[in-house]
Amino acid sequence: MTTVVGTRLITYREAINEALDQEMTRDPSVIVMGEDIVGGAGAPGEDDAWGGVLGVTKGLYGKHGDRLMDTPLSESAYIGAAIGAAASGMRPVAELMFIDFLGVCLDQIFNQAAKFRYMFGGKAETPVVIRAMVGAGLRAAAQHSQMLTPIVTHIPGLKVVCPSNAYDTKGLLIASIRDNDPVIFCEHKALYEEQADVPEASYVVPLGEANVVREGSDCSIVTYGMMVGRSLEAAALLEQEGISCEIVDLRTLSPLDLETVTESVENTGRLVCVDEANPRCSIAADVSAQVSRDAFGSLRAGIAMVTAPHTPVPFSPSLEDAYIPSVDAIAGAVRAVTS
Amino acid sequence: MADNPFPLDREGLLQAYRTMRTIRGFEDRLHLNFAKGEIPGFVHLYAGEEASAVGIMMHLRTADRIASTHRGHGHCIAKGVAPHEMMKEIYGREGGSCAGKGGSMHIADLDVGMMGANGILGAGAPLACGAGLAAKHRGDGDIAISFIGDGASNQGTFLESLNLAAVWNLPTIFVVENNGYAESTSRDYGVAVDSYIDRAAGFGLPGISVDGTDFFAVYEAAGEIIDRARNGGGPSLMECEMVRFYGHFEGDAQTYRADNEVADLRASRDCIALFRGRVEGAEVVAAAEFDAIDAGVDALIDDAVASALAAPEPDVSALMTDVYVSY
Repeated sequence: MTTVVGTRLITYREAINEALDQEMTRDPSVIVMGEDIVGGAGAPGEDDAWGGVLGVTKGLYGKHGDRLMDTPLSESAYIGAAIGAAASGMRPVAELMFIDFLGVCLDQIFNQAAKFRYMFGGKAETPVVIRAMVGAGLRAAAQHSQMLTPIVTHIPGLKVVCPSNAYDTKGLLIASIRDNDPVIFCEHKALYEEQADVPEASYVVPLGEANVVREGSDCSIVTYGMMVGRSLEAAALLEQEGISCEIVDLRTLSPLDLETVTESVENTGRLVCVDEANPRCSIAADVSAQVSRDAFGSLRAGIAMVTAPHTPVPFSPSLEDAYIPSVDAIAGAVRAVTS
Repeated sequence: MADNPFPLDREGLLQAYRTMRTIRGFEDRLHLNFAKGEIPGFVHLYAGEEASAVGIMMHLRTADRIASTHRGHGHCIAKGVAPHEMMKEIYGREGGSCAGKGGSMHIADLDVGMMGANGILGAGAPLACGAGLAAKHRGDGDIAISFIGDGASNQGTFLESLNLAAVWNLPTIFVVENNGYAESTSRDYGVAVDSYIDRAAGFGLPGISVDGTDFFAVYEAAGEIIDRARNGGGPSLMECEMVRFYGHFEGDAQTYRADNEVADLRASRDCIALFRGRVEGAEVVAAAEFDAIDAGVDALIDDAVASALAAPEPDVSALMTDVYVSY
């Protein structure tokens, strides 16, 4: 990869940190709250002890002080408070440590934030971002590893983002903070160490625009999050077999850039949807259905879906590895639809 | 006229009466018109509880925010939402406070600081924490109030919010409107502690309990805790012990209540009659002045209903607007 002027290689984690830092500097109405996002509040040791459980917000307290707030372990209260503050003129970024905790505070998200604008007749703007770690791979098991993107994508009024690399992460997070609708920003915990060339300057990756990360002619792979990297690996394998894959990284799941997806399928005639979520009512199932509706005439083979099985995420490393869609599974699905 | 022994001047007393009577007139009319089948959906009426909404909100500014309950019409009127727009909203018509897309259970008007009745019991408490947080951040002395019924006072959202508001020292006040019933279940069955003051103390908050049918008791207690919140003194919990004149929802046969319960309450604990009796008794406002307000309210409600019935249904295109900022 060539380094562009003004960019440097930073991690997905650092990209989030930098986006928050730049937006907090730019806009005093941006506040950040969550459990241990500073760390050690009220404790006798050092300030900014953790910067979040995985260190994503480390260092921001020193720059922005009390605009970062540790919260009690009360997701309903503080996610709701972030939403109430957003409807009252602030631009809060609330960290829901793991999206698995969605069940504890879902009402505030889907009955309150998502519906304010509609049920108040257009009078509300709720510019809140809820950042949450998603996905498997860290041996964190059933209640800390889920890919719950389909649940939030289902709900009108929410926007849902799930970046696959550090460059997109920074631009999408800045776009999410500036957006005037509630955004669920899904960070894949297994990608935090992944590096990419990222500009130092602030920039926006617009919400609702998919990205063709690899061009190809035989089969479209539509995916997002950690599955983008695995799909790229599969495509490299398949290239050696003479199969040319085009890969669409959705980046934003709501709104969905169906135009880019259908355009790709019209070019390749084949579609494999890859989703780390459980299969029923998943992003893969949704994209499959919409492509069948809109581009059926272009399809030269049935659509394939590669997803996690319809099970919780297991703990034992061998089981978890079998749970997460693999490069081999993706390659196998492409072979099946192109044979 | 005699010396005024009340904490409000004559104009304030007239305003308090007018607002309470507007709520009562509004709710009584909805009761009648719901029975006639004019109103779609579910309606939960605030009649009997007016002294709480008005006694508290006479201390508020437009920029202060409130999060209401399932029983939100009274809070709307006391916070300054236009009754005509409310009536249109409850009838599901164009020109309603929420463009006909919220209805009785989700009625709101952010322009005057009313963050919504709520279809989800207890859900307003975290939102009021957020409004309080925004006010604290602005530093302009604005406050937020979360109204909660005795039923919703058992929700985790409410209990978590008491703690959060205390931890962050938010200018957020929690008002438990205890009308004795969580839907059909008695307050004494569903709430383990005898006193909400004890519950407040358990969260490190000052608590106060007042007779919610006594407008002046509500007004004075609210004034004190609102001043404290405006001046950085943090959150408080206030219980208004009050009565509900109608059922949980319109159409509720209320067979769970004692035979003469409502009639007795109407005779002995009608907050508006009690207010009027005291003010007239002190000869600060004459009966004729109150009668004139009554007539004005009746005319206002007549006109609001007529305007709602005359208003068109929302255009079907409204189905697809205001889901997001972009559409």
